[in-house]
This record gives sequence, C-alpha cells and structure tokens, in this order.
Amino acid sequence: MDQQIVTQLVKIVGKKGVLTSPEDLAVYSYDGTFEECNPDVVVLPESTDQVSQVVKLAAKERIPIVTRGMASGLAAASVPFSGGIALVMTRMDKVVELDLENAIVHVEAGIVTADLQTHVEKNGLFYPPDPSSIRHSTIGGNIACNAGGPRCLKYGVTGDYVLGLTVVLADGSILKTGGKVIKDVVGYDLKSLFTGSEGTLGIITEALLKLTAKPKYARTALVEFSNIEDASKTVNEILLAGIVPATLELMDQTAIHCIEEAMHIGLPKDVAAFLLIESDGVELETTTQEIESISKICEKTGATKISLATDESERANLWKARRSISPSLARLSPNKLGEDITVPRSAIPEAVKRLKAISQKYGLPIVIFGHAGDGNLHPNILFDKRDPEQMKTVELMVAEEFEVALALGGTLSGEHGVGTLKRPYMEKALGEVSVGIQKKIKQVLDPLNILNPGKVIPD
Amino acid sequence: MPFDKIIKIPNENVYLNCIRCGLCLAVCPTYREYKNETDSPRGRVALARKSLEDELILSPNLVEQMYSCLDCLACNDICPVGIKPADIAMEMRHVAEQVKPTGWKNTLFGKVIANPDHLELVTWPLRVYENLGLRWLVHKLRINKLFPEQLRDLESMLPKQPKKPLRKALPLISHSTNESKYRVGFFLGCAQSLMFSEESAATVRVLNRNGCTVITPKETVCCGMPAAGYGRQDLVIEHAKVNIEIFEREELDVIVTDCATCGSKLREYGDILENDPVWSEKARNFSNKIHDISEFLMAIPLEKPSGKFDARITYHDPCHLRRAQNVWKEPRALMQMIDGVEYVEMPEADWCCGSAGSQLITHYETSTHVLDRKMENLKSTGAEIIASGCPGCQMQLMTGIQREGLNIKVMHPIQLLDQAYKSQDKEE
Repeated sequence: MDQQIVTQLVKIVGKKGVLTSPEDLAVYSYDGTFEECNPDVVVLPESTDQVSQVVKLAAKERIPIVTRGMASGLAAASVPFSGGIALVMTRMDKVVELDLENAIVHVEAGIVTADLQTHVEKNGLFYPPDPSSIRHSTIGGNIACNAGGPRCLKYGVTGDYVLGLTVVLADGSILKTGGKVIKDVVGYDLKSLFTGSEGTLGIITEALLKLTAKPKYARTALVEFSNIEDASKTVNEILLAGIVPATLELMDQTAIHCIEEAMHIGLPKDVAAFLLIESDGVELETTTQEIESISKICEKTGATKISLATDESERANLWKARRSISPSLARLSPNKLGEDITVPRSAIPEAVKRLKAISQKYGLPIVIFGHAGDGNLHPNILFDKRDPEQMKTVELMVAEEFEVALALGGTLSGEHGVGTLKRPYMEKALGEVSVGIQKKIKQVLDPLNILNPGKVIPD
Repeated sequence: MPFDKIIKIPNENVYLNCIRCGLCLAVCPTYREYKNETDSPRGRVALARKSLEDELILSPNLVEQMYSCLDCLACNDICPVGIKPADIAMEMRHVAEQVKPTGWKNTLFGKVIANPDHLELVTWPLRVYENLGLRWLVHKLRINKLFPEQLRDLESMLPKQPKKPLRKALPLISHSTNESKYRVGFFLGCAQSLMFSEESAATVRVLNRNGCTVITPKETVCCGMPAAGYGRQDLVIEHAKVNIEIFEREELDVIVTDCATCGSKLREYGDILENDPVWSEKARNFSNKIHDISEFLMAIPLEKPSGKFDARITYHDPCHLRRAQNVWKEPRALMQMIDGVEYVEMPEADWCCGSAGSQLITHYETSTHVLDRKMENLKSTGAEIIASGCPGCQMQLMTGIQREGLNIKVMHPIQLLDQAYKSQDKEE
C-alpha cells in the first residue's frame, strides 16, 4: 500500500487504528470459511465520522473497502479478494443509548451481539435474534447478513428488529434512515435495503434496534427419533397444531456424535435424529402446557424418547451443544462446507431425503442439522481440501444441494448470505430480471465499485 | 525458514484443523481488550500455520504475537474442534528459541531456576529489602510514589518477604499430629518457598492435622513452567526428570502442591515424557499422583473446623487450576465449610487476571488492562478477602488492589482453613 495513503489513514483514525505489518495483514485475510486473501491495509475506526473520512479517501484513490466485524461469516463475504482496506468495526462497540420507555437500543455496529443482549437483559429487555455465532459476531455483521438463529421461528430474523441505520455511503456521505418509530412508510424502506447487503451498498456504522420484553420462562425438550424422516415430519405436525415454539431444531446422528465428542454432556450417540424444542413465555403455566402439548404430538409421530431439561444449567448445556455443532464437525474431517438452504417447511422431509441421496451418490458425508421449524437446513459436506478430487466433488454436491432447494420452492441461503461462495448460483436462484435490477441498485449506490467488490451480485 | 534445524514443531494435524469459526475470540482476554484479530487465538494459530508453511517469516513481530498470549487456556477449553491455540502459541515460542536461541534464557532457566540454592541467592536482596525495614521505610516516606508507574506496580506485587525461604525452615518429614493415614509428598514450589512461605507452612500444618505425614524433599527444582513460558521446553524435560527421580525415592500415596502453576506443569510430565522409553512410565506414575491441596483435602475425611473465620470472601480461579487441572469446585467447597465465611461468587471468576507469570513485566499495558477488568469484578462483590491458590495470581491481585487503593486482602484458601483451626485451638 502506498505510504502516502497509509499516512492519510493514520491522520484519520490515529496510529493504533492502522495496521500494515505482514502479520496483521495475514490475520485479516480470512473469515469462517477456508478462503483467504490479504488486504493491503487494516483500518480500525472508532466513529462514524472516521469511517466517512476513510471512505472519502478510498473513493478518491479508488481503493476497495471490505468491512468486517469478527469475521465469523460462512460465505467468504468479508474476505478481501481485491485487497484494499479491511475496515474492522470491532472498536465501535458502544451502546449509545438504551431507551427503556420505547424499548429501543442505539448501538454502534461493532458491539458483540451477546454483549448487546446481556446489556439489555440487565434492564429486563430482550433482543431475540440468536445466531450461533452470537458471542463471536458483531451486530453490524448480523445486520449486514440479516442473521437468523434458532429463535427466529417465533421471533423473526435480525432485520425484523432494525428500526433505523446509520450508513456511510460509497462517496463518504452519511445516511440516517429510519428512526424510533415502529411504523414508517415515508419513502422507500432503505434500512431494509442495507440489511443483508453484505457491505456491498454501504457501511453500517450504527443501528437502532427494537427490543421486546424478556420471556420469563423457558422449557426445553430433547426428543429422540429412530429415523430423521419421523423427526422432520414432527416439525410440521407441531406447527400445524397451531403451536409456535421459540425453537424447533433438527440434528442428525453425525451432528450429535460430533458435539458429544466435543463436549461430553452425555447425549446418546446411537440415536438417528433429535429435535431440540423450546417453549418460552411470560407465564409458567402456559409455557409448561405448551411443551406438554408438544410432547404429546411427538409421542404420536414416533418419538422414541422425550427428555425435558430439569434446570437452567441443563438447558444452557443443550444450547451450548447446539451452537457447537457446526464447528465441532471439524473433528470428523479437516474441512467442511456448510450451506443453509431454506425450503417451505412442508418440504423438509423431502429435502432431507434428497440431501441424503446426494451424499450417497458422491460418497462424501453430509451432516444435516438446522432450524427445521422455519425450513432452514444446514447440510454440511465433510471433506479434505488437500485432496483435489474431493474439492471437485464438493463443488458438484453443493450445486446439487442448491438444485434441491430451488426445486422444492426454496432458496440458497436463509441466514449465512451469498458472499463469494454462493455468488455463482445467484442467477439461477433469482432469475435475470431480479439480478438485473440488483445490479442497477449496486451501480447507483456504489458507482466506483469500491464497496466489497466481487461479492453477492454477479458481474 | 531453517526448519531443518528444528527438533520439535507443532503437529500439522493440529494447526491445520483450525476452521476459523471464531469461538475463541469471545473468551480471549487479549482479544477482548484490543478487539484486534492479531491478539486473538485464531490469529495466533493462523500466524503459526503461515510461518510453518513458509508463507510468513518467523519475524520478531510474529514471535511477539506468541508471547502476547497469556496462556490462560480459555481458548483451549472452548475450541469445538479440540485444537489448543494456547498450546500452539507456547510451542511456537519453543520453535523460535530453536531457530534463534537467546543466551540469557539458558542462564536463567537452565542454571539459576534449575538450582534452588542459586535461586535463593539471587532473591536474597528482596528479603533484605523487606527484613531490614527498607520496604517499610520506602512506604513510610512515600518513596514508592516517586517510582515510575510500572516499577511501583511491581513493588506492590511483591508479597511480604519471609526471613528465610521455607525450604530452609521445613523439615524433610513433618509428622501427622494424630494417627498417620497418608504419606503425602509435598512439592514446595519456588514462589511458595521464597515469597509465600506462610501459605505453604499452613498447607503442611493442615495436612499434618488431617492424618498426613508430609515429606518435603529439599532438592526439587523448578516445575518447568517459566522455562516453558519462555520457549525452553527442552529444559522442562530436564527439570521433570530431576523431580520425578526425587519423589520416586519415597513411598508416597499422593504428591500435593499448593501452587496452581506447579500443579499444572507437574501433571504434564506424563505427557511430556510419553515417548521416552526409560521415563514414560515413571513420569505417568508421578503425574497421576499430583493433587492440588484443595482437591486432596476435599477427597479425604477432613476435620471440619469448629473455629470461625468471619469475613466476606470471594475467589479467583487460577487458569492453571481451573482449566489446566479442572479443579474449581474444591477450593470453593473448602472455604464454604468454614463457619463465619460469607462466600460471594465473583462475576467472571475464571477470567484471567493478567499475571501469566511475568506479563506485568513484559507486557505491562495488556497485563494491567486485563487486571482492571478483574478489579471491576472484584469490587462488585464487596468482599474483604479474595482467595486464590496461585502465587502469580496473588501477586497480580495485590498489584491491582494497591493500584485501586482498595482495602482487600489476598489469601490462599488453605490459609482460611488454617486460621479457622487456629481459632478453634484457642477456644479449646
């Protein structure tokens, strides 16, 4: 990187906020995938104003900017393939205001989502979205990818809680959109446009988030099935009965095996499939009733065993286990590629069947788990990237996974985002017209193509 | 990189297995302080891999990233894949020493620390400082206020110095005061003998009172942790053999230590010498006998003191006890069996205090930042005493308490039990 530009960056964010050593560049080359590419410089801003100045400089010098938080992403969206500036938001981690009366929190983008949750929960409020990366991802990243999580079945995804955003646009101007209002129909809904835009349209620096009252009670059941089909059918039976539990998580045998290896919490390794179901509510009685009704349905649909978490630590353990599935798969093979296809929930049993067929056809294992309640599945292909043959097979398998999703009326990604990895499949998923209009939107907002170039939208 | 010269490098199957999920970022004290990937376990593993794969040179800056790790092991614990980032950082220090050895480390860890007589000799000025009243004078005349901040912090880190090292004062055999039920070897750590001799004297008293004949060999050498911390794992092997041999001579039921750090290293001897045909079995037997004092006491029929110890007490988990040895229930249980103790759990009790042995000297800024977080948590408890069974942690906590001007005492859990017995004896 040109020394002059580094000097100017130092002027904007200070010496501690600009990193250029080979070691610094190396550790900002990756995210939660196996992709990597060094940036030319790492910048850690501390305010929206600093971000604006950095973007102005980048626009003038035509330097690409890849914004990132803690880089837990699973689509290589924050890997700086075009070099340039890695803009790291982690030092903008303050709670600007917690408005108790309106139940709204104003935060900077770099706050760790779990820290945000802890902060509002101390005040009896609740921020529901709970991606598995909750302790190692930032709210800015969650918004930029419109992150989901188990609880989204009942409570909705990250975007459902975004009331307003502060966004630095590609020319460095600062856009404030939305506000502390629940209803707002004045003009286009720009906050929704930036939510899920993966850093390609603007840089989210602050957010106003809607909060709710914290549910006081939770009852958690772990239900065992002798085959995964019964488990996935049960999901629909529960929802059809008019019950919307907070979570309805599906895990297959391999997934359980991996977390048991990692955590040793005493889960049986010989069970074909599990549903992890949680009911929550303001009243103990209704919460208990709900989980009992669910248990009854499970009995009818072929559950072999139903166990209720007896105390908070048991419950916490189950959730810790659930959050560890994805990373713990690495115990079985050096690499894994996790997708997060989403299908209409009625199609889950069929989707599971077809995914298993893909695994059989190509001979590489696919582990299946996910948020079955909202049709969001995480098939993970296990492989070794040092074997070029396997790499090729994985590509073919991924393409077929996507075909399954699309054929069943679903989509490529429910919560991870497109990034680099799913970009080749965009046209097939969305069609020419949709991709065409999205290209135009990108063109208008980022005419110089400096914001996370090469991501999401195909060339 | 001249890796051909290297005897030992981290196993490829370990560092290649990092899937970069980022879970370790959440629990790493240095990452949470700076929010910079370079200061994270995931970052350190990436740097290790890239330098071992020749993508980066083993530069002083790269090696420094390995030294900025506090070795608190929180990342080892949380890693869902089971790789151990903290261990990799340690191994990389060793790699760096093999590529470019540092002379002073050989002298310090190979000669001074490896010989208790030498160690006592070089720390003699500290005892003079204390026992001639110089320290009293420095504080009385507020001379310490004139010290630069770091020196002042280091001075306050120094516990009250004994007149002479406990190694010199303790007999080889301390007999049980009642019927002897266990023959217990006591590994008296360097810091315990030189700095915290009152604590280890209490350890022996409590053991004697509870049916233990205590054998304290005097020729033991450093457990090896400081050498390992500075990249000299080769010296740890030498230390290990000396210590194993010394304890092998005695017929012992268990070997007890009251230093978290020593305990964690001693338990590793079995792994360290696993592939040595002569030593592997002896080392495994030795390591299997190692118990932390609180762990051992809670496993035997312990006399419940009828004496009281009135205080509001909290506890700090030494990383090397909680994570390296999975001992955390026992010290809490031990303190809570004492009448009068009002135990209050500290938030983030198992978050590193920032000591990591010598981090207050080598990484002053990081160490004090991490310490500040600990002090905030400590203050929230309203405790009068903070207990912790690790000399490193204790010194660090003392520094923090002085920095904040707090009136909180730092003690070893065993001292509370010892005091309760003493007050019981007085009443009787």
